[in-house]
Amino acid sequence: MAASDASTPQITLEFPIEEKDFFMAGESASRVKKILQQLGLGQDIIRRVAIIIYEAAMNVAIHGSHGQLEVHVDPVAIYVKTADEGAGIPDIELAMSEGFSTASDEIREMGFGAGMGLPNIKKNSDDLSVESKINEGTLLRATVYLNSVPSP
Amino acid sequence: MTLAELIGNIRCEAITGDINMDREIRTGYTSDLLSDAIANIEEDSVWITMQRHINILGVAKLKDVVAIVIPRSLQVEQSVIDKAREEGIAILRGPQTAFEISALIYNALR
Repeated sequence: MAASDASTPQITLEFPIEEKDFFMAGESASRVKKILQQLGLGQDIIRRVAIIIYEAAMNVAIHGSHGQLEVHVDPVAIYVKTADEGAGIPDIELAMSEGFSTASDEIREMGFGAGMGLPNIKKNSDDLSVESKINEGTLLRATVYLNSVPSP
Repeated sequence: MTLAELIGNIRCEAITGDINMDREIRTGYTSDLLSDAIANIEEDSVWITMQRHINILGVAKLKDVVAIVIPRSLQVEQSVIDKAREEGIAILRGPQTAFEISALIYNALR
């Protein structure tokens, strides 16, 4: 399988994310998707990583004051990291549950804030860790292994 | 079925002009929740949504949708149309409801 080819180069991509800059969040996911396609990675892997990046970047744009998205690719896995300086998550387990959201009405009217972001990230990650401190920020790390079995 | 053929089939207008007309459409998805759309839009889809803000273009680009379809002849801001053209994303608009448009496209693709 091309996805587990040991010749996959190591690359790191970084994108700043500013509060309410929703288009950039989508844009960064699109750019990473294109690069992963150029690397010849499997379609399912790319689809999953793109969802993770979009949702994670969107979370920063919605809830963080500003932050950074970092994507690292090596022969083993794709590592997605977002770090923000924002409100933080009081109860991570609750935030992980489908349908839970603290987004404002304005955000919801745009079709965000359905409480599907973190659950979507979890569903598409092989490993996920979320660390958060109230009024300091949130650090999210998601890993997709290149040899992982396709998600349902 | 190509986008041009679909447009001929369902009585709607391409408000972004001549974009993606030769692209094949295989299926479609109807949703106004962006997370739902991101998770579930399949390859070579049209996406039917009431959302008309600039962020739909981020979703459409990421999922490589053939066209966004706006129901009930709803207004789309010129800035969104311009950005869509720039990004190569087609936007269609029809007088029908989202329900009717979904049914028309579903039947046209069968």
